[in-house]
Amino acid sequence: MNHATLQMACFVVFAAVALGAALTVVLAKNTVHSVLSLVLTFFSVACLWLLAQAEFLGLALVVVYVGAVMVLFLFVVMMLDIDLEPMREGFIRYLPVGIAAAVIMLVEMLGIIGIKAFDIQAGPNPAGESNIEWLGEALFTHFLLPFEIAALILTVGLVAAVALALRVRTFSKHQNAAAQSAVRAGERIRLVKMAAVVAVAPAPAPEPAKEPQA
Amino acid sequence: MSIPESWYIVFATVLFCISIAGIFINRKNVIVLLMCIELMLLAVNTNFVAFSRFLGNPGGQVFVFFILTVAAAESAIGLAIVVLMFRNRRTINVGELDSLRY
Repeated sequence: MNHATLQMACFVVFAAVALGAALTVVLAKNTVHSVLSLVLTFFSVACLWLLAQAEFLGLALVVVYVGAVMVLFLFVVMMLDIDLEPMREGFIRYLPVGIAAAVIMLVEMLGIIGIKAFDIQAGPNPAGESNIEWLGEALFTHFLLPFEIAALILTVGLVAAVALALRVRTFSKHQNAAAQSAVRAGERIRLVKMAAVVAVAPAPAPEPAKEPQA
Repeated sequence: MSIPESWYIVFATVLFCISIAGIFINRKNVIVLLMCIELMLLAVNTNFVAFSRFLGNPGGQVFVFFILTVAAAESAIGLAIVVLMFRNRRTINVGELDSLRY
């Protein structure tokens, strides 16, 4: 088996796994199974991207999606105590509609692809040796402003998610950071003038020693 | 690189159509709907990666990078909204979210 055939075989295997897992995502009864199948889909597609020599994005997909986003999904699914039965109503009723819509769309899209006949020949890898160098050069020259905006979007997303899910409990004791910062020295400490020596009353007579314990 | 480009495009098309069918079928469960949207984004990203590789243009892969960023923020906010919804209504069934109708 030569190199080209091996690549094609790998593509077929990973694509089949990805599509099967995607079907499981859609059809699974249990939402946790859906999330786990989605992880498998992401993983297989990351392998496909590696086959297309997009190494950085393939690894980023694994790290960002499988590592962070899917764990978040799993966390939410397991945290919420969901009654799945009412959620399944209409599953059988809408199954033919869904399949029909998907098949019609698939046929149309494949028709367009067949007509346009994408037979672009893959040249040598445009990235040369290092995919990340190729990508980084484009990202930090032509796309610098969008890159900064992406950072801003992530920050806004973080703040929005925290602000949405935060629940302030009124009965719990908590720090008020604003009041802490606004405090002045005069409010913290009170200086009292008093005499240095105070007349002390004579100490009371010592009590008689107690009986030693038996 | 001996895989024809059309294989990637056909794969992405099939994945996209599966997620379309998923949105039709699981129209009651918000979490599965969010997951179907993630699948759609994945299909589109695969197209971007394939075209970027075959046309030799880094712009496609940079675009995928940005899509990943925005999709991560989107799913974080979406899941926060789901948690909030569950906390207030004790359900995430889309069919019961009709309080604006009356």
